[in-house]
Amino acid sequence: MTVRDVAKLLEAEVLSGEDKLDIEVKHGGAADMMSDILALCGPNQLVLTGYIHPQVIRTALVTELLGLVFVRCKNIPPETIKMARQHNILMLQTRLFMFSSCGILYAAGLRGVDER
Amino acid sequence: MKLHFDVPGDDLSLAGKASSELKKALGRLGIDPVTIKRTAVAMYEAEINMVIHAHGGSADAEIGPAGIDIRLQDSGPGIPDLDMAMQEGYSTAPEAARELGFGAGMGLPNMKRNADDLRIESTVGVGTTVTIRITLPGSTTKAP
Repeated sequence: MTVRDVAKLLEAEVLSGEDKLDIEVKHGGAADMMSDILALCGPNQLVLTGYIHPQVIRTALVTELLGLVFVRCKNIPPETIKMARQHNILMLQTRLFMFSSCGILYAAGLRGVDER
Repeated sequence: MKLHFDVPGDDLSLAGKASSELKKALGRLGIDPVTIKRTAVAMYEAEINMVIHAHGGSADAEIGPAGIDIRLQDSGPGIPDLDMAMQEGYSTAPEAARELGFGAGMGLPNMKRNADDLRIESTVGVGTTVTIRITLPGSTTKAP
């Protein structure tokens, strides 16, 4: 599925990286701890997270993620959005919770990084 | 090529900046992406540890034809039990670090996983020196 499909399925708003909507998402992951992202996720993957501190963007850059989906529609700090835009990191935001978001994407065919 | 970074310990929002700069420098040198990612992740974890546990320190990177050598030094509290610290899930991260999304107990294991050679010398009350070696593909040079 493409990033556009993900955004549609999760009724998500695109906060950064609008030019990446037609990129094919091959694998997904979900984590709130930065070291878990660093350990388990990698280039071109989409990661769902509830963690909104700007540090998550730095982690996404180091890990070379395709982008991040922020779940539960929290008040994302402007610095996080600014940093994502500066580095053109894809950033989606959904009102759905983590569990539902993961379930919807899995049911639609997106597989985890451990199922490669 | 040698690079030096001061890692400030008083501003958690800057944690990871040195690793990002090294990553960019490696990209400019045309190093392969897999090696760059391994280097960046290993150094990022070490840098974060230095900030959250030791009030910062310094990092030096040397990029040679055979590999990348990174040395991170701090004058922090030291690691009392290195064997425990190397175990996945073991963490002594303070609350402030957990608020930053760290403290999963994956830092040192992540460093080990990504480095070709990882050495940690630590003395309680004196500080810690972490040496990371990443071998470049095609190089047969062993770690010193």
